[in-house]
Amino acid sequence: MTRTIQLTLDINGHSHELDVEPRVTLLDALREHLLLTGTKKGCDQGQCGACTCHVDGKRVLSCLTLAAQVEGRQITTIEGIAAENGDLHPVQAAFLEHDAFQCGYCTPGQIMSAVACIKEGHTGSDEEIREYMSGNLCRCGAYNSVVAAVREAAEAAR
Amino acid sequence: MRDFSYFRATSAEDARQAALQASAVMLAGGTTLLDLAKCGVAEPEAVIDITHLSGLDGIAVNQEGAVIGTLAKMAAVADHPDIKAWFPAVSESLSLAASAQLRNMATIGGNLLQRTRCAYFRDPLTFPACNKRNPGSGCSALGGVIRNHAVLGVSEQCIASYPGDLAAALVALDAVVDLGQRQVPVDDFFLPYDHAPERETVLQPGEMILGISIPASVAARNSTYLKVRDRQSYEFAAASAAVGLELESDNRTIKDIRVALGGVASKPWRARAVEQALIGKALEEQTVARAARLAMDGAVSYGDNLYKIELAPRVITRAIMKVGGLA
Repeated sequence: MTRTIQLTLDINGHSHELDVEPRVTLLDALREHLLLTGTKKGCDQGQCGACTCHVDGKRVLSCLTLAAQVEGRQITTIEGIAAENGDLHPVQAAFLEHDAFQCGYCTPGQIMSAVACIKEGHTGSDEEIREYMSGNLCRCGAYNSVVAAVREAAEAAR
Repeated sequence: MRDFSYFRATSAEDARQAALQASAVMLAGGTTLLDLAKCGVAEPEAVIDITHLSGLDGIAVNQEGAVIGTLAKMAAVADHPDIKAWFPAVSESLSLAASAQLRNMATIGGNLLQRTRCAYFRDPLTFPACNKRNPGSGCSALGGVIRNHAVLGVSEQCIASYPGDLAAALVALDAVVDLGQRQVPVDDFFLPYDHAPERETVLQPGEMILGISIPASVAARNSTYLKVRDRQSYEFAAASAAVGLELESDNRTIKDIRVALGGVASKPWRARAVEQALIGKALEEQTVARAARLAMDGAVSYGDNLYKIELAPRVITRAIMKVGGLA
């Protein structure tokens, strides 16, 4: 009963054609079909935030989004946030500066979430940063450094 | 996840027609449906994507009240300045739910239809018995780990808790679900499932939630949502209370009060006995605390969730004192 559907996805400003089963999530489309493996699969059930991407500029979980649903939307992944010349996005630079990771597996999701958190303006205090970053779990427990990195990047963006 | 066919609806009517086919289900934010499909709980043969429909995500507030389209995202409603000003319990219930990512995905209609977090319901391979999934098969939660299960509106058929926050606020504020052909108060939209746990709402095949309306009131404007949980953020309620309060001109006597509970019952739970006991009374902590206990009339614990019977009235009391300006 496997039927595939043809989709055109707009990812990081480039158009990609793919042929997938309807059940394929955006996360699996990115990783398995387009080899954009920066977006990580953690829990695959919407609890950890490792798969965070942006759809039309808003942070969402790609593990609970069907690839078919986001045809026609603008998708941004961790591969798409640095400058064309390779300069890191200020949030990426802040994560390096503050050593805001240990194993690094949650980091792409943390960074995508942080970029959106700053854009939303939810960085008024450390408490607010913690609340609005609570959808990104870090099993190494690098939270204090994540908060410091988000705070610094937010201040730099003001 | 089993494979399914995918159909992108171009109108609400289109979606309703497509939903009439066997084993078809509508897809909005996907945060419940895809999660349950991965767990093996939802096994749709056809998924009808309604996220590309236009004109169903509006948020309009006037003197009569608020009208919220079914596809409005949780984050958009939570952050809407008029919702914050006129219906703070609604805004707070949404802000305190899920995570920023999930609130950008999940819709208002889908939020109402979220399913229980009962770990036994969510794991059909390990726990085949579940009256909600398979009527008559039994309840695996009884005798299991049930710290977050319900104490109100339960029976030995099912002790699963309705997990949503928004619905408690909507029930307290007399909100109505727009199903197109009919308008149903949110309180009646959810069926008590103590004897038929597989039936959770009045929604019929081919029906679709088009939106929610919330009537304006003084109690709605002076409302709050208090959520107590095991961790500070990104967690379901151990017990929560949506309350709204209007005082008489003496600024002391209770004229109108609304109380609904989340996290403790099989459905969003309006505590009318508490309201009736308080109307006409002076707003005093002891009086409120005594009345709040009435919310637990008929409560039953089958084990680890006994604490909720003590906790919920305290949450109600604190929420009422907060909107009364006394806490």
